[in-house]
Amino acid sequence: MTKKIKNLNLNFGPQHPAAHGVLRLILELDGEVVEKADPHIGLLHRGTEKLIENKTYMQAVPYFDRLDYVAPMNQEHAFALAVEKILDIDVPIRAQFIRVMFCEIGRILSHILNVTTQALDVGALTPSLWGFEERETLMTFYERASGSRLHANYFRAGGVHQDLPAGLETDISKFCETFPKIINDLENLLTDNRIFKQRNVDIGIVTKEDALDYSFSGVMIRGSGVPWDLRKSQPYDCYNQLEFKIPVGKNGDCYDRYLCRIEEMKESVKIIKQCLSKMEKGPIKTFDGKITPPSKKDIKQSMEALIHHFKLFTEGYRVPEDEIYTAVEAPKGEFGVYLISDGSSKPYKCKIRAPGFSHLQSMDYLIKGHMLADVPAVLGSLDIVFGEVDR
Amino acid sequence: MNNLIDLEKKINSELGTKINTSEIKHNQIYLEIDSEDLIDVVLFVKTNKDTKFRQLIDITVVDYPERSKRFKIVYLFLSHEFNQRMILSYDISENEVIASLTPIFPSANWMEREVFDMYGVSFKDHPDLRRILTDYGFEGHPLRKDFPLTGHTEVRYSEDQKKVVNEPVKLEQNYRNFDYESPWEGTKYIKELTDSNDKKN
Repeated sequence: MTKKIKNLNLNFGPQHPAAHGVLRLILELDGEVVEKADPHIGLLHRGTEKLIENKTYMQAVPYFDRLDYVAPMNQEHAFALAVEKILDIDVPIRAQFIRVMFCEIGRILSHILNVTTQALDVGALTPSLWGFEERETLMTFYERASGSRLHANYFRAGGVHQDLPAGLETDISKFCETFPKIINDLENLLTDNRIFKQRNVDIGIVTKEDALDYSFSGVMIRGSGVPWDLRKSQPYDCYNQLEFKIPVGKNGDCYDRYLCRIEEMKESVKIIKQCLSKMEKGPIKTFDGKITPPSKKDIKQSMEALIHHFKLFTEGYRVPEDEIYTAVEAPKGEFGVYLISDGSSKPYKCKIRAPGFSHLQSMDYLIKGHMLADVPAVLGSLDIVFGEVDR
Repeated sequence: MNNLIDLEKKINSELGTKINTSEIKHNQIYLEIDSEDLIDVVLFVKTNKDTKFRQLIDITVVDYPERSKRFKIVYLFLSHEFNQRMILSYDISENEVIASLTPIFPSANWMEREVFDMYGVSFKDHPDLRRILTDYGFEGHPLRKDFPLTGHTEVRYSEDQKKVVNEPVKLEQNYRNFDYESPWEGTKYIKELTDSNDKKN
């Protein structure tokens, strides 16, 4: 007797703790094996690009915090660099170190979240409890510098908004001493853990060729053994003055990507330490008065400063006609800004290239033939944040 | 090619008539082509051993409503081998259908869906051309310059109908787009002074 078997369609999300946000995944299952995955995205679409077209360059910065809200300043960095290149202005060296330092803090923030939630997805609760404590410490650093834990709005074209408050540098360097121990603790829990390895080793393998074809970047491409990191290959700000290594994976599976992230956190600590030791007192934004608003003290005394302040916060600064693509190595991969300026004080077009978008696209390719239980593991190792995927 | 000038020469000599203009700025190469040459040019730069633009970074569109060829389609490529970036673009008019890159780069799939969703540009031979970012049943193409910032409809949960309903946007206060742009371009004598300084430098 023959029986007709129909594939089962399963609707995963949009509200599911393992979906890392609002992902709706339509899975076609043959028994427990996934035949096809169709991610439906856009549930968090806010029209960031459209909004930026209607804002001045300075008003556009906060929108970048809201893309990958796990590592806000890395996004701001890409936009600030793009505008700086068009305006052709130099950033003071102290500002470069501050920016790089906060980008690395952002990288640690993002990797802690990803590593621990990936562990949570495959059944380990403790790492997330330990990791989130550290994230909270790092976010207080964000808060002390910018006034906000998450949506910093700290980077400007030409530098950063304010100098670091007194005592912050010592506290960050104290953190750099204690944090490696926390990474070790996390590693003790996970790296040799039998369950964690069973759930991640040889799951979601990406070959080198496919990593290129699917536009992977960041840990997704390095996990597959391609030594590619924009901080090394196309250094921006002061990365060429710093020493750090690029961890590269071997097998391209979820476990290798986890190891890469752990190693990257250790490298980030090194970078932060170097930034702190090399940082000297000095200006933190460009002196060009047509771009940088005058200090509060000057506004009280000088008529010109008051006028400039008023003009900069209403009209904003004008950016000459140009077209540019700038990318930074955000924690999740290559985050780029394609900017077209038309000589006015608002961008004519600002396309945001989010790494998560191309990573999530490959979901169907990655998950085909895997078991249903592997879906959260693969999704976790992709490091998806919907703020940037949906924009 | 290790250097952008050599790369520009190579592309111009090999592809010749297919390249309309080429330019190097910001350490990137900018190429303009015709829409019908897209596949040939992309296949060449992807496979040639001297270019190896193996990665498609992004596809996007720039909308110029006042032009007869309204949309400028932009492709961003990256070559890991030579550490170079290339920006490829061409202009099309509003109802033109263009070739899909999905057979060459699988990652083009969603990027083209996004372009279709945001600008309404259609692709020939695309395996799955659906909207991607906007809501199910959305109408219009939000990133076009003539689409209002506030949109046309808003959603709310209707207590009477017990479901989410779409209604035309009602705003207590209309979106106000102030024109802050100063027409003042500076006094003449300061301009002459800065111009002469620029010449000296």
